[in-house]
Amino acid sequence: MTDHTLKAFDDEIVELRGLISEMGGRAESAIDRAVEALSRRDLDLARTVVAEDKRIDELEIAIERLAVQIMTLRAPMADDLRETVAALKIAGVIERIGDYAKNIAKRVPQISRSSKIEALSVLPAMAELASDMLRDVLNAFAARDWQAAVEVSNRDRAVDDFYNSIFRTLLTFMMENPATIGEAAHLLFIAKNLERIGDHATNVAEMVYFAARGEYMPDRERGEPAV
Amino acid sequence: MRRPFASLVGALRRGSTERAPAPASPAPAQPSAFELVEAFGDPVLVVRSGRIEAANEAARKLLGSHIVGEDVRIAIRHPAAAERLTSSAEMPGGDPIELVGLGGRDSRWQMNIAGLGDDRTLVHLVDRSEGHAAERMRVDFVANASHELRTPLAAILGYVETLDDDAALSDPATRKRFLRVIHDEAWRMHRLIEDLMSLSRIEAEKFRAPETAVDLGEVVREVHAVVRDAADPRSRDVVCDIDESLPPVAGDRAQLSQLLHNLVGNAMKYGRPGTPVTISTGRGPGSMIRLSVEDEGEGIAPEHLPRLTERFYRVDKERSRSVGGTGLGLAIVKHIVERHRGRLDIRSMPGKGTNISVLLPPARLS
Repeated sequence: MTDHTLKAFDDEIVELRGLISEMGGRAESAIDRAVEALSRRDLDLARTVVAEDKRIDELEIAIERLAVQIMTLRAPMADDLRETVAALKIAGVIERIGDYAKNIAKRVPQISRSSKIEALSVLPAMAELASDMLRDVLNAFAARDWQAAVEVSNRDRAVDDFYNSIFRTLLTFMMENPATIGEAAHLLFIAKNLERIGDHATNVAEMVYFAARGEYMPDRERGEPAV
Repeated sequence: MRRPFASLVGALRRGSTERAPAPASPAPAQPSAFELVEAFGDPVLVVRSGRIEAANEAARKLLGSHIVGEDVRIAIRHPAAAERLTSSAEMPGGDPIELVGLGGRDSRWQMNIAGLGDDRTLVHLVDRSEGHAAERMRVDFVANASHELRTPLAAILGYVETLDDDAALSDPATRKRFLRVIHDEAWRMHRLIEDLMSLSRIEAEKFRAPETAVDLGEVVREVHAVVRDAADPRSRDVVCDIDESLPPVAGDRAQLSQLLHNLVGNAMKYGRPGTPVTISTGRGPGSMIRLSVEDEGEGIAPEHLPRLTERFYRVDKERSRSVGGTGLGLAIVKHIVERHRGRLDIRSMPGKGTNISVLLPPARLS
């Protein structure tokens, strides 16, 4: 990385990136644990995920403060400025991802232990796709690797396809079993949350690309849009 | 694992007065902290006030070479690690932390942290993935085996119950059909248990390489004779091509015969009826001796090849069941080959056929 004459400036940028990475790590673990709580119907774990979302929110505030401080006191230029702006935006996106994980955890008590809805058994696979995207984009951020970021954004389509198929399955299931519509609707929202996490991972990828290259990521071919 | 870590911490503490990156000073007589860290095979990081000051080769390989100079949270995102490693946290130390998903989704690392007496912290990562994978494989195996045993048993119980019904008894044709099913399923269970037992026998002996000189041609002829005597019409398609000049291999006769039975059985089951199944022997690369079984059938798609020797892995579950497979045949073959210090080679062309070759070491001349 570039060395700055002012060591304090250098320290602040490093700290900013560290905070983002920590925040991302927490969001990543929130998704994994929310889905684990769902598949095991573990209410305690679900409650922990909800409670720990506060920490993600606090980190967002800390990042915002530090980014604003850097911008006002150091007047960063070129890649430093891009990095700071990207950090600010990434923090906002990761905060949303944390909220989606929290939302999944909040729905866990609504799914009965004996639920036989088939979509329940495929949601973990979808969650794995989404959380892999987040993990890889955070790795791309850590390494400032714009190629890895492009690779992640290309994978969003798989998550969208997954969501569309779960949507259709659940819709059919609801029509055939009106008694379970409540539960099925919760599962549908969970699938939607995961789909949004994939979208947001793509947003982070675009920011990583922007910070590294100074231009916007070229538009990619989009698959069938999510319903 | 903790002991080398403790000695490294001790060495680094002693050397902590000589600030390591000192370009002006001549080469120190004692190895510097950085050299010590580099000598360590496990990933090791030196963290000063939350920033990575040094990372050895293993750590750079695992976490990326960009991490030096970065915040430690860039390298290790795990929430528990972040709490313990950032400068604001209290004095590091204490119990190791379990990290899941570092480097790969299913990987597991144990993180040991030790303070170095100044504002530096030593982070040592120990790979725990393998133990975990082995444990999971064992659990999977028990679950699979119980499932495989339950399937025929459920059929037997069901048909016995139906036979108990007077209506079924009165019709001799139905009764005969039911008894046939019970008989077949009982035999399937029998085969499965036999296979499970031979697997565990072979595994128990795996560290003792067999040394008896075995004439491979003789084994082939013997297996061929047994197959020919069986009632299966497909056995007429089996042809042998034996190289009589081959030296004997170092082997276990009974196990080699079982290996060949499994391979020929598979070729007969999965090759197209009427096409030949060829057993051949010859000289392989180097001094190895080759035993091959080739069929002309649908072949196996490439994505299945790496998993073929897994226990209970089946390319086509329904088909394997209908031809009476246990799902253990190739797993047994693999274990026998491993015990013989040999090599297993599976080549398959979808639509054309499959060739399975086993390379065995020759017997040592006494």
